Amino acid sequence: MQTQMKSRPLFDGPIVRRAAIDAVRKLDPRQQLKNPVMFVVLVGALMTTGIIIRDLFSGNGGELGFNTQIALWLWFTVLFANFAEAMAEGRGKAQAEALRKTRTQMTARRLANGKEERITAPQLKKGDLVVCEAGDQIPGDGEVIEGIASVDESAITGESAPVIRESGGDRSAVTGGTRVLSDRIVVRITSEQGSTFLDRMIALVEGAKRQKTPNEIALTILLSGLTIIFLLAVVTLRAFTEYSEVESGITQTSATVPVLIALLVCLIPTTIGGLLSAIGISGMDRMIQRNVLATSGRAVEAAGDVDVLLLDKTGTITLGNRMATRFVPALQVEPQRLADAAQLSSLADETPEGRSIVVLAKEAFGLRGRELGELNAEFIPFSAQTRMSGVDFAALDGHPARSIRKGAADAIRSYVETCGGTYPAEVQTTVDDIAKNGATPLVVAEGNDVLGVIELKDVVKGGIRERFAQLRAMGIRTVMITGDNALTAAAIAAEAGVDDFMAQATPEDKLRRIRAEQTDGHLVAMTGDGTNDAPALAQADVGVAMNTGTQAAREAGNMVDLDSDPTKLIEVVEIGKQLLMTRGALTTFSISNDVAKYFAILPALFGALYAATPGQPGPLAALNIMQLTSPQSAILSAIIFNATIIVALIPLALRGVGYKPMGAAAILQRNLLIYGLGGLITPFIGIKLIDVIITAVGLA
Amino acid sequence: MTTLELVQIALYLGLLIVCTPLLGGYMARVFGGERTWLTPMLRPAENAIYRLVGVRADEEQSWKQYAWSLVLFNVAGFVLLFVLQVAQHGLPLNPAGLPNVEPLLAFNTATSFVTNTNWQAYGGETTMSYLTQMIGLNVQNFVSAASGVAVVIAMTRGLARRQASAIGSFWVDLVRCVLYVFLPLCLIFALVLVSQGVIQNFNAYTQATTLTGESQLLPQGPAASQIAIKQLGTNGGGFFNVNSAHPFENPTPLTNFLEMLTILLIPAALTYTYGMMVGSKRQGWVIFTAMLALFLIGLVVMLASEYGAMGAMEGKETRFGIANSILWGAATTSASNGSVNAMHSSFSPLAGGIALLNIMLGEVIFGGVGAGLYGMLIFAILTVFIAGLMVGRTPEYLGKKVESWEIKMAILAVLLPSACILLFAALASVTDAGLSSRANAGPHGLSEILYAFASGAGNNGSAFAGLNANTPFYNGLLGIAMWIGRFGVIVPALAIAGSMARKKVAPPSSGTFPTDGGMFVALLMAVIVIVGALTFFPALSLGPIVEQLLLNSGRVF
Repeated sequence: MQTQMKSRPLFDGPIVRRAAIDAVRKLDPRQQLKNPVMFVVLVGALMTTGIIIRDLFSGNGGELGFNTQIALWLWFTVLFANFAEAMAEGRGKAQAEALRKTRTQMTARRLANGKEERITAPQLKKGDLVVCEAGDQIPGDGEVIEGIASVDESAITGESAPVIRESGGDRSAVTGGTRVLSDRIVVRITSEQGSTFLDRMIALVEGAKRQKTPNEIALTILLSGLTIIFLLAVVTLRAFTEYSEVESGITQTSATVPVLIALLVCLIPTTIGGLLSAIGISGMDRMIQRNVLATSGRAVEAAGDVDVLLLDKTGTITLGNRMATRFVPALQVEPQRLADAAQLSSLADETPEGRSIVVLAKEAFGLRGRELGELNAEFIPFSAQTRMSGVDFAALDGHPARSIRKGAADAIRSYVETCGGTYPAEVQTTVDDIAKNGATPLVVAEGNDVLGVIELKDVVKGGIRERFAQLRAMGIRTVMITGDNALTAAAIAAEAGVDDFMAQATPEDKLRRIRAEQTDGHLVAMTGDGTNDAPALAQADVGVAMNTGTQAAREAGNMVDLDSDPTKLIEVVEIGKQLLMTRGALTTFSISNDVAKYFAILPALFGALYAATPGQPGPLAALNIMQLTSPQSAILSAIIFNATIIVALIPLALRGVGYKPMGAAAILQRNLLIYGLGGLITPFIGIKLIDVIITAVGLA
Repeated sequence: MTTLELVQIALYLGLLIVCTPLLGGYMARVFGGERTWLTPMLRPAENAIYRLVGVRADEEQSWKQYAWSLVLFNVAGFVLLFVLQVAQHGLPLNPAGLPNVEPLLAFNTATSFVTNTNWQAYGGETTMSYLTQMIGLNVQNFVSAASGVAVVIAMTRGLARRQASAIGSFWVDLVRCVLYVFLPLCLIFALVLVSQGVIQNFNAYTQATTLTGESQLLPQGPAASQIAIKQLGTNGGGFFNVNSAHPFENPTPLTNFLEMLTILLIPAALTYTYGMMVGSKRQGWVIFTAMLALFLIGLVVMLASEYGAMGAMEGKETRFGIANSILWGAATTSASNGSVNAMHSSFSPLAGGIALLNIMLGEVIFGGVGAGLYGMLIFAILTVFIAGLMVGRTPEYLGKKVESWEIKMAILAVLLPSACILLFAALASVTDAGLSSRANAGPHGLSEILYAFASGAGNNGSAFAGLNANTPFYNGLLGIAMWIGRFGVIVPALAIAGSMARKKVAPPSSGTFPTDGGMFVALLMAVIVIVGALTFFPALSLGPIVEQLLLNSGRVF
């Protein structure tokens, strides 16, 4: 599913067709009112159309063709903006619908008074108990209160391996739409059917139901303010033009209402106004593409602001388990012998550490794993008492009996000394060195001979160090959370390149840390899965719950990662930043565009004023620096550019601006150059080109 | 231009830069309640005033209380000033026996002095008695300026404090500003002026016979004390009608230089005070640099245009010459001072246009005392919001999030004065009441109208001259423009201060949009110019721009 979504083309046939229809449907003034900038354009389009109709009936058709073209492009401006929003919605919905399909036509077996009854899934209420057996779909989000079962969650996660869900503990949460593969469980429904994660997510990509985020509201206020300023500038321009025309002895005003409306629409920030909601929706969409469900747009925005990441060591920074990385033999001991003994003692050890010892011996010394049964040996499992494990061989075929043990240094020491051997000093030095470097030493002994030390180390994920360096460049601090002791934690922290770590961290420590960071003004993001993570997830500004986590954890966070991949937190932050950057870039672009539009329309309006001889161009014709053909072609070119730039920028709004992890100053410089300077220059070129074209085809 | 003139301008800018940290640092200590070398002398007086008016020095106010105190204080000042004018004939200290001021003119004048505009629709020596000038106009010269400083100090506290609900006490800020800043500076400056020949007396007007044998009535009065605060408090209301072009107001090259320097002295120094109070001097210097750069750009264009124009001495004092007239013109329009030593209407169209643009940009290029800086901080917030998003974080200024409330208030502060200028000027340009006051036709006439309303709404107070502003139409509309231009910015500024004070501060990191470097200076300037230019470019192109183009082809109005 993940890969499917990523390969969806930007302009998918069916989505484009539906978006085109939706664009017309969105002309509903009630919807337009939500977007003050585009509402002004709509009013302008209606007024111009009214003037054309009036002129048609009064027979005053001198400007008819010109005014009709203006009206047409005004309508296009509104439609293009609607189309942008519809496109973003369509793409978001396509993903959501794929997920929703899994929930339709579902039936539930509700337990009421000990009896089972069949109802449809939407009838379920919070607190209902439902029975799910092998082959059943789980009808809603809930918690297992009885039984254990394997569940196929591929509909949600795309991961085909079944997972175990059981009552009690951290694995009790189930998601609506997943399928029970074996056994029988009783599930208590924990959320109303209308408010499951899926429903909330679908609401976030549907424009009509979408709540504006705080930053979007602030930006809308700014854009509305600019619109009012331009409205004032254009309305008063009528008076100033009239004054100047009287002074120049001109009777026929060039500042007609359609021309002034065209100027107004060109000046108000229609580019960002038209694309603002598409940017927001596609930000949500990019989250969904990475299989992250956010419960609010606000959470996505907050992700961009996060400057402290609390990352669990296991799974995010390290591969998960400690692995054998080195054999350090004692003096006078062949490395081969140590490796052989270590491998033998671990053959029956099914822990990941045990298996990694077998693998290391094979890789480093070519020792192949053998079957214990063939060797006539007895495996001594690890116990809390002895803190050792090992293997005993009975004497056979002339081979003497052997007894190999491996375990913590002090345990082996007392074992060896009890057997009458001595514990070599240099082994102790090795043990101390390894521990100091944050790894775990395991000492191997055969009989009363100490053979040497196995170094077990947490293996840091490839590339993670570079990732953290990038984050640091972006001003984001990373804090590693681990249950390890301080020594081990410090070593891994240094190797992975995190900025800080919390060793032997309890959930309470996490919560305290988050509060402390927030008091200092930081915004904190974290991931979590267990029930005991819930308070911290709720406290964090961005809490990403793992889908494999408990229902409590998922309710506490404001995002759920369907892939349960803690590393994704970094991507979540990047998506948030990209969303904000796209908004800023297009706002800057939109405002810098205005300069060129003034130079197109003002000379068209003022060109004849104060002319030395009537009918000749006056001094202000000098403002026509683009050398546009005629006043009419200049006005049309500006308004055509203004409308088509919205369409041209739809891909940018949907994809987001190009993003590289860099410091703020560098990002700003880059975006200012592209969108500030670019926004200044582009319309000069665009308007000139359009002027050449419409002059050639004779539209003006 | 002569070398001497260039040296004068360089000396002017150099002294301004040197004085900024000296005076700015002193003011930061005054408003922080710290001990200064004047404290032993002035603390008893300060405490006496608090006891007299029943204010406790340690009691702070929320932004709403602060705003109410300020507005009520200014309205009370307005009422007093209005009554003084309309009753001056029966009051003492009126040796010239001047009649009561006509009510609409009194409304306009009272508004003008309370709002720190000091627009003068009247001629001082022929309208106002000594009593009106001294306890009416001159008191407002002090307290209207101090009100502006108080607002910017409160706004600075709002930006500097963390999770606080109060932004200081208006009464304390007002008293300290007058006592510790204005009075000592004015005392020194007035004495220097008197030593140079500026008059300070209560004599009746004197009859004199000129060299050509004609008879002339020479006005007298306590001018020096008023001129000192007129310059330092960016008031600009002259004691005499022709303001600092009058030899009794501005007799020597030294007074001319000092009067120019004192226009920008406090507005410039406040940027340093701001830097000190928010705990980062760089933040203050960044604002100072943006102001200075905009000032220099305007000055250079004006000088170039003026030296290239014909008839360049028209409307200028031969005593001062072109460079000093233009430098004064640039300073007084940048700083919302409004005093003049030459007639701006006689500048070349482009130079006059820059003077007009300086005002239209919102009086933030140094600007009025306090007013310039709080206006600039509002632009800083807008800049951070527009450009800050591009770094991928919700925008923040000094570590504080800029959210919808701040944007709403910032937009209001930019919108209200602009709306006054555009709407009122548009009204004047198409009605007989507006048009009949013009002295010139064509684009120059439009410039006169635009300048009047820009000067009113920008609380500048300088006149383009030519326009007869003492008509019911202009007295009324300009009065309204001054009220809106003043309190339509002050109240939003305080509202921003209040909400910013409550916020947490996010510590800076490499992911923070930097507001203490050259990039921010450039962005801030760009936002000011773009917002100003986009709003006023159409109007300006029909006034000064087309006039300059016509002049180039040999047509004048």
